[in-house]
Amino acid sequence: MKFRFGLLLILLVAGCSKNETPPASYKPEAPTAKIDPSTTATVSGVVTYTGDVPKAQPIDMSQDPACVLGKVPPNFGEAYAINKGRAANVYVYIKDGLGNYSYPTPPPATLDQKGCRYVPHVLGLMVGQKLRILNSDPAMHNIHSMAHENDGWNESQYPGGDAIEKTFNKPELMIPVQCNNHPWMKMYVNVLSNPFFAVTDAEGKYTISGLPPGTYTLGFVHEKMGEKTLKITVGAKEHAVAGPAFSSADIK
Amino acid sequence: MSSSTQTAQYNPAYHRFTLFLAICTFLLIVAGALVTSNDAGLAVPDWPTSFGSLYRIPPMVGGIKYEHGHRMLAEFVGLLTIILAVWTQRKEARSWMRKLGWFMLLLVIIQGLLGGLTVKMRLPWYVSTAHAMVAQTFFSLTILMTVFASRRWIGSTVTLTRHPDPGALSFRNLALLTVLAVYMQLFFGAGFRHGGLHFFPHVVGAGIATVILVWASFSGILRFGNIKPIRGASIAILGLLVIQLLLGFGAYMTRVVWGKDAVQPRPSMVATTVAHVAVGALLLAHCFMLAVQAYRNLAPAAELSPADQKAVVA
Repeated sequence: MKFRFGLLLILLVAGCSKNETPPASYKPEAPTAKIDPSTTATVSGVVTYTGDVPKAQPIDMSQDPACVLGKVPPNFGEAYAINKGRAANVYVYIKDGLGNYSYPTPPPATLDQKGCRYVPHVLGLMVGQKLRILNSDPAMHNIHSMAHENDGWNESQYPGGDAIEKTFNKPELMIPVQCNNHPWMKMYVNVLSNPFFAVTDAEGKYTISGLPPGTYTLGFVHEKMGEKTLKITVGAKEHAVAGPAFSSADIK
Repeated sequence: MSSSTQTAQYNPAYHRFTLFLAICTFLLIVAGALVTSNDAGLAVPDWPTSFGSLYRIPPMVGGIKYEHGHRMLAEFVGLLTIILAVWTQRKEARSWMRKLGWFMLLLVIIQGLLGGLTVKMRLPWYVSTAHAMVAQTFFSLTILMTVFASRRWIGSTVTLTRHPDPGALSFRNLALLTVLAVYMQLFFGAGFRHGGLHFFPHVVGAGIATVILVWASFSGILRFGNIKPIRGASIAILGLLVIQLLLGFGAYMTRVVWGKDAVQPRPSMVATTVAHVAVGALLLAHCFMLAVQAYRNLAPAAELSPADQKAVVA
């Protein structure tokens, strides 16, 4: 019994102290160089997929009438957005090889809730960049970030409510964001300490520009198939092409 | 205990009230399981208020209807528990019953705080698991309270004959072991369900718990079959165990095997997991009942008078 009360006390203390602790900030090394804009290079490519594409999973939005207004069912999940062997929603980033440059913080990125889905499904942010969350639906949503390195949060947003603004202070990949009011609503936020990232479009294409010349490891992350890496070298003003091939064997 | 129980009077209204509380608590466990099974634990992001209000009912759609419905039912059970504690204090002659009433109120307060912590801390597995375990403990106590308030329990107090319980491992200890085994499974199962533990301990635990529960049930039926409460609890445990194992298998298949790529909880996933939780609660309550009846009806031979030491056969 003593143990149970002791445990409860610990939990209470932990619960109370969690909200009072200021968010820990990511402290990168002090930048030592600036990128020369006259020498920057570009990397682009297509992420492909071979093998059987998993069957699209149907979504039943009928539990909230506001989600099915004007909609023609069926709806399907976005985990395997693969079209003619090309994979969308793959997060591409510079995993390794960058020097210690300084970068301006990009303007705020937007995450919308439209048709009881998150738009976009996969999003990239730089550390410190603002994320503006909108609700364009006639439904009430809650936005629950399940970060591990960054602080998690969970807030509700009324239909057409004020934008919620959040920032992430540490690099972290594939942070799940979920709406517990509509459990099919899930997306992923990726946070990087530099601005060199992209998300593949519906045709599996991506482009990362403004890179200083060098040799890099590119990371390609998919929510179900994990990560693949490729090494590339780009000279000043060059354009390199790189794209990995995921396959059904990568599905976890 | 024996001196105070002599003055206990059967109170039909009080007995019906304890039964009503037990039924409401069972429904509350089902409602809580629906919250988890529908991933709706954080659909209402604040606590103790819901969307900033203590009394206003939000639109009961999507995950909100599960989470807020669970909160409303929990408040109702909390209110019933306050009434139970006060009623027991005022009208119950047995002092241990009065203490039990207050203990249940304490437990329901702890349970409410744990529920709040799950929201405030955004569902850490250990808090959610503790919430699940206290819920089932509280439900078991409501069942025991109903038994203690029954005409049969109170009426048999004076005429009760205790039977010898020989053996290296007494039946009373075996009955206690069933409670521990179900608690172990509850911890492993809830820990897995809330994402803190691997599935493996729950599977191994199922084997261990099955052996203990089957052993205790058959012992109860074969050795003490003429003691009606022990026979009844033993048969109920056997039946519930079979159902629980089938539901556990069903929950595994629908959620882990067939539902691993599901975009949202499917009705089959929700139905099997909620039923698994509900039957688990009934199983724990019956194990508690078996232990209580074993300790009430049986005693070591050395403690019994020669007249009480008669052979017990099925």
